[in-house]
Amino acid sequence: MQDALNLWPLLGVAAIVVGFALRLNPLLVVALAAIVTGFAAHMPAEALLAAIGAGFIKTRTLPLIILLPLAVIGLLERHGLRDHAQHWISRFRGATAGRLLIGYLFVRETTAALGLTSLGGHPQMVRPLLAPMAEGAAVSRHGTLPAAVRQRLLAFCAATDNIGLFFGEDIFVAFGAIALMHTFLLGAGIDVEPLHIAVWGIPSAISAFVIHSLRLYRLDHYLARHKATAAAPSAQEGAR
Amino acid sequence: MILSIQYLYWLAGVVLAITAGMILCDRDHPKRWASSVFWGLFAVAFLVGERLPPAAVGAGVLVMAALAGFGGVGIGRYRALAEGARQEAARRLGNRLFLPALAIPLLTVAVALGLKNVHIGSLALLDPANTTFVALGVASLVALALACRTTGDTPLQAMRESRRLTEALGWALVLPQMLAMLGLVFNDAGVGKAVAHLATAYIDMDLRLVAVVVYVLGMALFTIVMGNGFAAFPVMTGGVGVPILVGVYHGNPAVMAAIGMFSGYCGTLLTPMAANYNIVPAALLELPDKYAVIKAQIPTALAMLVVNVLLLYVLM
Repeated sequence: MQDALNLWPLLGVAAIVVGFALRLNPLLVVALAAIVTGFAAHMPAEALLAAIGAGFIKTRTLPLIILLPLAVIGLLERHGLRDHAQHWISRFRGATAGRLLIGYLFVRETTAALGLTSLGGHPQMVRPLLAPMAEGAAVSRHGTLPAAVRQRLLAFCAATDNIGLFFGEDIFVAFGAIALMHTFLLGAGIDVEPLHIAVWGIPSAISAFVIHSLRLYRLDHYLARHKATAAAPSAQEGAR
Repeated sequence: MILSIQYLYWLAGVVLAITAGMILCDRDHPKRWASSVFWGLFAVAFLVGERLPPAAVGAGVLVMAALAGFGGVGIGRYRALAEGARQEAARRLGNRLFLPALAIPLLTVAVALGLKNVHIGSLALLDPANTTFVALGVASLVALALACRTTGDTPLQAMRESRRLTEALGWALVLPQMLAMLGLVFNDAGVGKAVAHLATAYIDMDLRLVAVVVYVLGMALFTIVMGNGFAAFPVMTGGVGVPILVGVYHGNPAVMAAIGMFSGYCGTLLTPMAANYNIVPAALLELPDKYAVIKAQIPTALAMLVVNVLLLYVLM
């Protein structure tokens, strides 16, 4: 083999792993990894700077999704949106954090499977509505939550949005990933109907729903188990 | 097109410039200068980024990374309503508070679906390549008007709130874009080929089950490294999927592709490289542990990898 594969750019991957392991600031780690990768691939400094700049400009849509809803969400929070969401859920006697999240998972996954992926999301749904409701349901049942328990509950809210989205969107025929798979396989000389790719995703999608729902069901038991210890930190909070 | 994504870049640039300006005017800000330079540079990338030489943007990106890396981005002072006033507002406004919040996702879907193919004259109303983003922009503006009317507060206050949340997110807001940039640099440098070479050159795939495991775990591992299942798919499917699962074992390519991509998504659930799904939400929920969301996802992702191996082995 004359055109030997250059393995040196893998140093960039190593830089990422080491940087995250040392808990350096992720922005710094990524910038260093880009520099290391570029030099390992023998890019001149100016070409590397240009590659970083061009890549940054090309991907500007990513922060838009987070940035644009912030003003609305912030203004509503100032006037008590999260307080109201917590209060609103506590009116339902049967509501528990786990059941709420299972319901959300179902709606998120099925709507994503119908192509309605923007119905959820972290800035517009999880932070202002889902997280306070889950917390409200947990607090009205178990009292004030210890900090670690609260963190785990809120992390579960974000995780549930992700899992519902990922395992739903990929069984929607017109989703970009299906087009990507279809195009790639065509290039490899294999012609597959996009619909077949979508349909064969359904067993995994159902499994993901069942597995994550079981974990959410157990989350309620976890919250109940930790309510006895909840008294100590909340007393501290009162003394502050 | 009439509503191009360029307007959203300008809108985001103006919002970020206001944030930078507010920080600059905040004399009590602990990191006044460094923070305002950080958000100012980010604003410039949105306002005129495409007209600057790419190398200049690259230099600006490295300055931002250095500012964030050495603790230059801080959080300023924010005057919240007193807790009593806030709870009184919540009681008074009640369910009306939900309306502007729900308007963002619902209007995004309605605008994206309803106005997708609308033309005025010969011009498309929405940017066809970025329909969802433009719809989100329209929905956010309408929701902002609704929120101002419901709460009786001003757009200026909304900008202060936007600044508060932007500062609370801090560098996490920039991380997804930095990682996407890194993915492009990795691509230019041939990292994908090197990883695929390592994954396929040293493992003996004479057993059907071993080949299935290599493909499923390879998709997940590659996604953990690249932060993106879409980047992993061509590499692993070109390296293992097509030549071995389809070529040697005559597997059904539709099953392989579908389950392969889902295995990549399991990787997405496990990696800080997928910052917009894993790190940004932790920052948005103001969790002290930035990896808390990943930790909550680990058991589901690992169980799904086992399920995917079984499904692919049986269905293929």
